[in-house]
Amino acid sequence: MASLISCPHCGTRPKEEFSIRGDASVLRPDPEASDEAWNDYVHIRANPRGRYREHWQHVAGCRRWLVVERDTMTHEVYSVTDGAVAAREAAR
Amino acid sequence: MRYSAFSIVKNALTGNVNWKPAWRQPEPKPFYDIIIVGGGGHGLATAYYLAKEFGLKNIAVLEKGYLGSGNVGRNTTIVRSNYMLPGNEPFYEFSMKLWEGMEQDLNYNAMLSQRGIINLYHNDGQRDAYIRRGNAMWMEGVPAELLDRAALKKMLPFLNFDHARFPIMGGLLQKRGGTARHDAVAWGYARAADRLGVYLLQNCEVTGIRRENGVVTGVETSRGFIGCSKLGLAAAGNTSRVGQMADLKLPIESHVLQAFVTEGLKPAIDHVITYGAGHFYISQSDKGGLVFGAEIDGYNSYAQRGNLATVEHVMEEGVTMIPGLSRVRVLRSWGGVMDMSMDGSPIISHTPIDNLYLNCGWCYGGFKATPASGWCFAHLIAKNESHPVARFLRLDRFERGYPIDEHGAGPQPNLH
Repeated sequence: MASLISCPHCGTRPKEEFSIRGDASVLRPDPEASDEAWNDYVHIRANPRGRYREHWQHVAGCRRWLVVERDTMTHEVYSVTDGAVAAREAAR
Repeated sequence: MRYSAFSIVKNALTGNVNWKPAWRQPEPKPFYDIIIVGGGGHGLATAYYLAKEFGLKNIAVLEKGYLGSGNVGRNTTIVRSNYMLPGNEPFYEFSMKLWEGMEQDLNYNAMLSQRGIINLYHNDGQRDAYIRRGNAMWMEGVPAELLDRAALKKMLPFLNFDHARFPIMGGLLQKRGGTARHDAVAWGYARAADRLGVYLLQNCEVTGIRRENGVVTGVETSRGFIGCSKLGLAAAGNTSRVGQMADLKLPIESHVLQAFVTEGLKPAIDHVITYGAGHFYISQSDKGGLVFGAEIDGYNSYAQRGNLATVEHVMEEGVTMIPGLSRVRVLRSWGGVMDMSMDGSPIISHTPIDNLYLNCGWCYGGFKATPASGWCFAHLIAKNESHPVARFLRLDRFERGYPIDEHGAGPQPNLH
């Protein structure tokens, strides 16, 4: 894993300031969605070897939720985006 | 060749030039009745029990690297059956019983050492939880013993009993728990399976799963297409990648877990000891090195290497529990890729595809389960029905709402 993460708000910071929640590719379904949709959201993961989008929180910094895109094999970090910005981009 | 004291003496007297390779290096046949993907402990044990217990022939194990190159050779070698939940405990006790007869069965020295495993507790709540776990074990016929502080001080005087934040109050002991020589387990199963005619195909990476009319007809590999009538997946950390070849939707994430070994010391730690205020566990190998580890790093990874922050955390936990460790030098550390399931428990199951069977989700507890995993997976493949002790370990338990969550951590793989 990269030792330094470029937070869009705080600049380059050590990785230990961040907390990793997990897969950012699954989206929470509508409350009335089918059981299958909820099962997919809660349990099923693509778990790719390669590019992966993940939710991180900068707990020892700005406390913003971020989307970190990185490689699960080489551990290279491609991009770090604020969660709200990433959500707006996804909605577009 | 059968291994015995006599064979050692005989070969020593003849200059040790007559030892034969422990298994063949066969070329792949075009078709097998059963193919197991993954030549680690679980895959090899499955093939062995398919041949031995269920009398089946024409079986192959496909391994992308060399036999035992994955997690079976990268763990901290602990065997135990001190689980609590009814879905788990009978399965792990079945495994413990198989461990106890395995070396004779395989004619291979796996160096099983039932030195006892002790889980430390640090407060009243944790003591009560261990009493509950011990009672749950007894209900399945598995002996467990609660040790108070005085008993523990006698057994393990080197522990940091009076730590200001996490004083050690006692521990839960399973005497039959202990360690085994991890590589030897893979080698023993490989040799025994080979002797029963199982094809062990190394450097044979599965690149695709061919299906016709909704059933598997064979696998594409780096050594060409190989047909089969039943396919079993035991690919551990790479389960999602192999599963994707058959469009399986899996509740698995791959995470990295690190382990460590120190320089060789004189006998110092006689048991397996686990820390109750963290996830640290330690034992001493027969060679003298202290073998230890702790939590997974906490992020998805397919790389067999971990992060320095976790290394530091593990060392801190170790020194907090045993202050004397601070003067020991670490020789090596390494990482393994864990198939973390969504409830922390394994999967030995049918899949939506009729002749495709799945063995995965071992999190970081796969080594102790090796014999039972092999036996139960073989039972499932041979008879097309779950073994009684593995009947809860189904793939569809997640969508049906029957997770087996030993820690009560919820569907968050990096917390199990």
